[in-house]
Amino acid sequence: MNIHDLVDFLKNYDGESIRIMEVCGSHTAAITKSGLKSIISPKIQLISGPGCPVCVTPSAYIDRLIELSKTENTCIVTFGDLMRVPGSKSSLNLEKGNGANVKMVYSPMDIIKMAEDNPDINYVFAAVGFETTIPVYTLLLESLISKDIKNVKLLTALKTMPEAIEYLIQAGAKIDGFIAPGHVSVITGKNAFYGLASTYNIPFGITGFNPSELVIGIYGITKMICEKEKLKEKNIVPLKNFYTSVVRDEGNDTALNLMKKYLQPYDAVWRGMGEIKGSGLKIKDEYSFFDAGSEGLSEDIKLNKGCSCDKVLTGKITPHECPLFKKVCTPLTPQGACMVSEEGCCFQTFLSEPQ
Amino acid sequence: MAIITMAHGSGGRATSELIDSIFAKYFNNEILSQMEDSSVVDGSAMLAMTTDSFVVKPLTYPGGNIGRLSVCGTVNDLLMRGSVPKYLTCGFILEEGLDTELLSEICKSMAETAKEANVKIVAGDTKVIEGSGGLIINTAGVGFINPEKDISSKNCKKGDKVIVSGYLGDHHATILSSRMTIDNNVESDNAPLNEMVLSLVNNNIKVHALRDITRGGLATVLKEMAISAKVNIELEDDKIPVNPMIKDFCGILGLDPLYMGNEGKLVAIVAEEDAEKALSIIKNSKYGENAVIAGEIVEDQGEKFGNLTVRTVIGGLRSLEVLQGEGLPRIC
Repeated sequence: MNIHDLVDFLKNYDGESIRIMEVCGSHTAAITKSGLKSIISPKIQLISGPGCPVCVTPSAYIDRLIELSKTENTCIVTFGDLMRVPGSKSSLNLEKGNGANVKMVYSPMDIIKMAEDNPDINYVFAAVGFETTIPVYTLLLESLISKDIKNVKLLTALKTMPEAIEYLIQAGAKIDGFIAPGHVSVITGKNAFYGLASTYNIPFGITGFNPSELVIGIYGITKMICEKEKLKEKNIVPLKNFYTSVVRDEGNDTALNLMKKYLQPYDAVWRGMGEIKGSGLKIKDEYSFFDAGSEGLSEDIKLNKGCSCDKVLTGKITPHECPLFKKVCTPLTPQGACMVSEEGCCFQTFLSEPQ
Repeated sequence: MAIITMAHGSGGRATSELIDSIFAKYFNNEILSQMEDSSVVDGSAMLAMTTDSFVVKPLTYPGGNIGRLSVCGTVNDLLMRGSVPKYLTCGFILEEGLDTELLSEICKSMAETAKEANVKIVAGDTKVIEGSGGLIINTAGVGFINPEKDISSKNCKKGDKVIVSGYLGDHHATILSSRMTIDNNVESDNAPLNEMVLSLVNNNIKVHALRDITRGGLATVLKEMAISAKVNIELEDDKIPVNPMIKDFCGILGLDPLYMGNEGKLVAIVAEEDAEKALSIIKNSKYGENAVIAGEIVEDQGEKFGNLTVRTVIGGLRSLEVLQGEGLPRIC
C-alpha cells in the first residue's frame, strides 16, 4: 500500500465512530497544517489532549514568574510562547511594559553566558516542559554545578506524559486510541507506553509529524482499534512504533539518567485538570539551591470564569463548545492557555477555519 | 571611538559637522547639495507616495543593515504599484551614544542601495534623543506612475497565477538568529526589486497585483489581498519556496515560513496567459532566481470570498489566516 491507499482508507472508513487523541502539541499543530481533518472520514474524530506544556501550566506559576521578573536585580529567561500565557491577572508580555525584566532565548544554555557576563543579576529560567525538554534543564543544572555559577536558578513546572494519559483514561475521556507523542518517545522510548496499552487495552501508535507520517500513524492506530479484540485474544499489546527513524524501544539512556540524577517525581498540578499523582518532576532536595521557589505553585485561577480550557484539554468538549471561543477568546485576546500557544488546541482550531 | 552626543542634535556647529562628515558625504547629489529648506524636483502627472519607519535591532545583521533596509522597504512599496521610484527623504533619530563609525557604515550602505535602486535622496532631517546608542530611520518616497499600467488588487480574477519571487522567511530568520545569538549561515534578503518589477511592467505583462512580502509573511499578505479583492486563493504546499536551512530553523523553533517576513521578495498575481512569461522574467532578474508559481485564484465571485487555503501533499486543505500575535518561538 502506498500513502494514497492509506489516505483513501481513512477517507472511506465506514466502521464504528472512533475517537483518537493526540497528546502532543506538535501533533496538534502538524495535524492542522496537514489538512488531514478535511479529508478523513467524519467517523474518525481527532481530538487534542493536554500535550502543550504551556497550556497545562497553572496560573500560580505564571504569577510567580511575573513577581520574580519585577524583583530587583532579577531577570526571567524564557522560551517565547510562555510570554503570552495569562496568569491570574496578567502575562509576562503585558508586564514587560510595566518594568518586568524578561529575556527570550531559544536554548536554556544561553543563560550561562548571561550569568557569567552579569554576576550581579540573578537569572531565573522558566523551566516548563515535558520529557522532550526536561533533559536540557538537567544539562543546564550540570553545567551550573561544574562551572560553579551561583546566580542562576530554575522555576520548574515539569510534567511527564504517561501519568496524564492514565488520568484521562480513568476520568472516562472515552478515547479509542492515542497518537503517542513522537518527541517525548525519543526520550522515554516506546516501552514507556506498554503498561498503559496493555492494562487498558487501548491502542497507542508512536507517530511522526510530517503529513505522510501522520497518515501512517493514524491508519495504523485505526487498524489496531478495529482489530482490538482479535489482538487481545492473541495476547498482543496494541502498541506500535510508526516513528522508527528516531524512536527506540528503550529510549535515550543518557537523558533518562540525567533526569534521575537531578529530579524526583511529585504530584503535579495541571491547569484545568488538577493534581495528578506522580505526574511531575522537581529538583531533588540536595540541589534545592537551584530552585527558585517552584514548590506549591498549584493555585489555578481562570482569567475569565467562562474559560473551558480544562474541558478542552481533556477531550470533553471541542473548542467550539466553549462559550468564549472566537467571541472574547481569540489569538489576539486569549482568555485561556489553549488559545495562546501555537500548539494549543483552540489556537489551531481558530486558525484552521475561515473567519 | 566617536559617539553621538546631545550636541549633535543642537542645530549648531556639531550638527553641521555631523551632516558634512556623514550625511552630505554619502548622500551628495545636485538637489541635496543646494542645502535649502526644501528641495524642488521634477514631477509627473501621477505619483505614488509612501513612507516607512525602520526600528530593526540589531542595526547590522548578516546580509544588510538598517540603512539598506530603509531604502529597500520604501522603494519596494513604490514598486508594488508599478511606479518608477525617483526620490526619497530620510529622517534620522539618533540615540545618544551611537557610534559614528557605525552610522557612517549605515549611511554608506544606504547610499549604495539608493544608487542600485536608481533613487535620489533629496531631503533629510536629524534629531538626537536620549538613549543607548540606537538608531531609527524614516524614509518617504515618491515614484512616477504610468496611468495606463494600473496595478491594484481589485484587478485579480479567477485563473490568475500566484508567483512568489523566491525563498520565504530569510530576513525574519536572520534577525531572529542575531537577536537570539543562534549561529548559522542565514542571510537577510533585503534588496530593491526595481529590475524585477520594471521588467514585468516594460514587457507589458498583465500583472494584476503586486505585494511586497514583508511583516506577516506570504500568508498574511495573500489573505489580506483575498479579502480586499474578493477572491479565493489556493496555494500548493509543495510549491511554496523555502530554503532548506530556513525550513529546519523554523522546524526547531516552531515557526511557520508562511508567516515570516522578507525584505526583498514579492508576490505577483498575473493573468493566466502571461504567467509562464512572467515567471521567466522574474527568474532572470536580479534576486528572482528561485521564483515559482505557487498557486492560483480559484474563485472570484459568489458569497464566500476572502479565503486563502493550501492544498497539502496528502490532498488535505489547510485554511490560512492573517498572522495572529507575534509568532513567538515555542517551547518544544
